[in-house]
Amino acid sequence: MLAKRIIPCLDVKDGRVVKGVQFVNLRDAGDPVEIAAAYEQEGADELTFLDITASHENRGIILDVVQRTAEKVFMPLTVGGGVRSLDDIRNLLKAGADKVAINTAAVHNPEFVKQAAEKFGSQCIVVAIDAKQVDPNAPLNPPAVEWKERHPTLFVMPQPPQPAWEVYTHGGRNPMGINAVLWARLMESYGAGEILLTSMDRDGTKSGYDLPLNRTVSDALTIPLVASGGAGTLEHLYAGVAEGKADAVLAASIFHFKELTIPESKQYLKQRGIPIRI
Amino acid sequence: MIAIIDYGMGNLRSVHKAFEAVGADACVTRDPAAIASAHSVVLPGVGAFKDCMANLDQLGLIDPVRKSIQSGKPFLGICLGLQLLFEQSVEFGTVPGLGVLPGKVIRFDFDDASDLKVPHMGWNTLNLKKSSPLFDPAEPHPYFYFVHSYYVMPDNADTVVTTTQYGREFVSGIEYQNIHAFQFHPEKSQKAGLKLLEKFAQLN
Repeated sequence: MLAKRIIPCLDVKDGRVVKGVQFVNLRDAGDPVEIAAAYEQEGADELTFLDITASHENRGIILDVVQRTAEKVFMPLTVGGGVRSLDDIRNLLKAGADKVAINTAAVHNPEFVKQAAEKFGSQCIVVAIDAKQVDPNAPLNPPAVEWKERHPTLFVMPQPPQPAWEVYTHGGRNPMGINAVLWARLMESYGAGEILLTSMDRDGTKSGYDLPLNRTVSDALTIPLVASGGAGTLEHLYAGVAEGKADAVLAASIFHFKELTIPESKQYLKQRGIPIRI
Repeated sequence: MIAIIDYGMGNLRSVHKAFEAVGADACVTRDPAAIASAHSVVLPGVGAFKDCMANLDQLGLIDPVRKSIQSGKPFLGICLGLQLLFEQSVEFGTVPGLGVLPGKVIRFDFDDASDLKVPHMGWNTLNLKKSSPLFDPAEPHPYFYFVHSYYVMPDNADTVVTTTQYGREFVSGIEYQNIHAFQFHPEKSQKAGLKLLEKFAQLN
């Protein structure tokens, strides 16, 4: 039986692992290669690196980190952050990444995802979505992309009391007016092999995944969904899979700061009846 | 020397590093002479079946690969490297493969009510169907890492070494004479995968 995956996520800035709360207030959490090797020993199912280095000139640093990690770690490695061109993807895959996560560049040019999937195969193209619940009392953000005429329905939000979620780009800074659920579906139809869905409301808060968001997106997709943002307890990991219907649960700070270990998380999920690789 | 065939696709570096990690002498090559003189040959692969066949053809590697298999030296196919051995794939129309083994490659097809996602992505277990030099009979259901949307349907059931359950029981491993070919990725399957590669490297 296919196991649900537990994925530690390493936010890498200028070659170091950092972690913030709701995308700000970064804390240093150590050397990415050492941390990756420790997760290998613990039996993590996959690893994700998100390169949050602000400057594009420092891209060499993440390639070096990926390369050194690939020497030591024999599990799938996803790398995202600032992926803008087919060359970026080629370089990351060459350095040892198995999958590449595309976020902002996909929103600005959806065709890029199509080209990437055709060139490198859907199995290595992850579309990362940063989503925030829409405040029903506030005016909707206007479409912030040039291609809105081609996909006008993507900007339609469900009416309250139904919850709606909006796509943000640039590490959660820019609201795009796009309906996150419809966006995930479009990305699937463009060849994405997996969706990495981060709840901005929950990121770093340790209050649990946004379960309605994850369940709504998972139900809308035929490709796997990775839930991200908000994991704080064992129960949260369980709920992410059982109620959020995620195929994999991603977490950062709880694993880096050793509040939970991978083995105890796996034991817990297994005891609760989730198929898990021990 | 283990020759890992470089046809411009696939996660060659991962496969190379994994062999290095178990102390095997491996190289990444597209040189027919190096493939011919290698002790064993590995055909890795991720991506699209059609592009892989086109690349193999363009680089003049179809014959060297077929010959290395016919020569009887240990051959390892990984993911697309398994699928390419068959006669044809239905990915984007019907595309002919190497035709070393009779059978075809088809897509997972689940109905809308199914919760099963495609690609089949993640860790799944194997059912060991016959004795094999690469698997430990004491562990008949090991976990390996998969990522694929298509699977093989061999005509000859005797060649099946492992199956895996995903919506249906599909063939996840073939062993036939010197051919060892798997749908999963040993190079991404941590200890279980490294052990398999180490055993492959020791085959004569």
